[in-house]
Amino acid sequence: MSYTFWILLTASLVGLSCGIIGVFLILRKTAMMADAISHTVLLGIVLAYIVTKEVSGMAMLIGGILAGIATAFLVQSLHSLQVQHDAAMGIVFTTLFAIGVILISTSVGNAHLDVQHALMGEITFIPFHTITLPLIGDIPQATALLLFVLVVVIVSIIAFYKEWKLTSFDPALAASLGIPVLFMHYLFMGLVSVTTVASFDAVGAIMVVAMLITPAASAYLWTDKLIIMIILSGGFGVVSSIVGYYVAAWIDTSISGSMAFTTGVVFLISFIFSPKHGLIAKRLKPVGQM
Amino acid sequence: MGEIILQVDNLSASYRKTTVLNNVNFKIRKGSLTGIIGPNGAGKSTLLKTILNLHPALTGSVRFFNQPFQQAKKRIGYVPQRGSVDWDFPTDALDVVTMGLYGKIGWLKRPNRKHKQLAYEALEKMGMADYANRQISQLSGGQQQRVFLARALVQDADFYFMDEPLAGVDAATERAIMNILKELKANGKTVMVVHHDLQTVEDYFDHVLLLNKTLLCHGRTEEIFTKENIAKTYGGNMRWMGENREYAVHSVE
Repeated sequence: MSYTFWILLTASLVGLSCGIIGVFLILRKTAMMADAISHTVLLGIVLAYIVTKEVSGMAMLIGGILAGIATAFLVQSLHSLQVQHDAAMGIVFTTLFAIGVILISTSVGNAHLDVQHALMGEITFIPFHTITLPLIGDIPQATALLLFVLVVVIVSIIAFYKEWKLTSFDPALAASLGIPVLFMHYLFMGLVSVTTVASFDAVGAIMVVAMLITPAASAYLWTDKLIIMIILSGGFGVVSSIVGYYVAAWIDTSISGSMAFTTGVVFLISFIFSPKHGLIAKRLKPVGQM
Repeated sequence: MGEIILQVDNLSASYRKTTVLNNVNFKIRKGSLTGIIGPNGAGKSTLLKTILNLHPALTGSVRFFNQPFQQAKKRIGYVPQRGSVDWDFPTDALDVVTMGLYGKIGWLKRPNRKHKQLAYEALEKMGMADYANRQISQLSGGQQQRVFLARALVQDADFYFMDEPLAGVDAATERAIMNILKELKANGKTVMVVHHDLQTVEDYFDHVLLLNKTLLCHGRTEEIFTKENIAKTYGGNMRWMGENREYAVHSVE
């Protein structure tokens, strides 16, 4: 299959998984945890590389999950020790990220892992690293990983839909009903971590934050139903990825930058034109009522 | 009165480094309707949260129905303060009420038609049936509180804890909620309510619990809710309090 096809598919998978996960990040008011985790998974990936001596998908996923959950856990612990929540987040993720950066330059020194790549990603190289899967045939490694993660994300969201909905809306009631609120939080942070790790190769740590937060924030403006918000957010993610790719090809610029920029444009359009919460609707409403 | 179904011994709790609850001891009997009264910052909400294991206790023990909380929690319903949740959350009134059933529905299952029916009936009982499909941010404060009450009703618990259910609601909602509380009591349920309006205490509750960081007194309203005890609870605000009480008496006559 063609080079462009793989890039578009990979980008769409990033948009879809991040868009779905992002809805709960927004609703739990933990959007910036995405920023923290997207940085600390670097440490997880580096440690996985040091242990296994190869850049393999599964080792990276496991390293990323551990790093993500460690981030969530450390932030929670510092917060319970009277450090402000946002400060706790800032301290934890910069420190873990810094350790990752130091390890890359001291103990790794490999072409596959460098800071530039980790921050910005390089989707154009993705079609060159293929693996062979039964039934599917040759598929880029990153794409296969993203497909796997998308399945995990969708299955988890379906399985724990009502628990995550309730712990996001009213954690006190959830706890009093016997739903393990903290466990659900860590499970969700694990899911954010795997999504981030899988998207890492394609769009990098900074852009994955855009893909996680912006489509979901846009979808929030269009609907009052959670399930529709999830579908819209995934859709916005895919559209932004594809449009972003073509914009990048057209003006010859960074693909991940262009994709992240497109999510911003989608948000701006939503912010102005959304019939429920958009600027224009808000201006018109009082007039309509008079 | 019925048997003792809640026993709180030597309960203390703190927020950050300040102790907000100190050595609280009391017992609640089945079928009572108790108002928790005290000034701002007296630890009323913290008392509820600590009893319900939502806030860590420093010392003390809490036993429900002669069992620890974990084993009794299916029989307990909690109505948090209205301001504790985000009313812009993308969901409707019926869905919020259905959330009260999530514990019963269990893992990996979805609410079915029977659950939706139960939730609808609870909304109907609170006079909110017409608003079942309304997005929750479009409800008034009183309507939001009724949705919360409906969610508690659908849990069909034996023992309810409510945090300021009458704060900032309209008169009709206040009446609707008090009718439901009296009905719960008539059905043998037990209710503890954090309450802030001293004028209505005598009409609404058969027991009061006066709290200011520690338990000052607890018992039947007519014995405990006296000028002296209220003054003791509210400290220096005695004179202001007295006027309020007089006003309350006049309005009843």
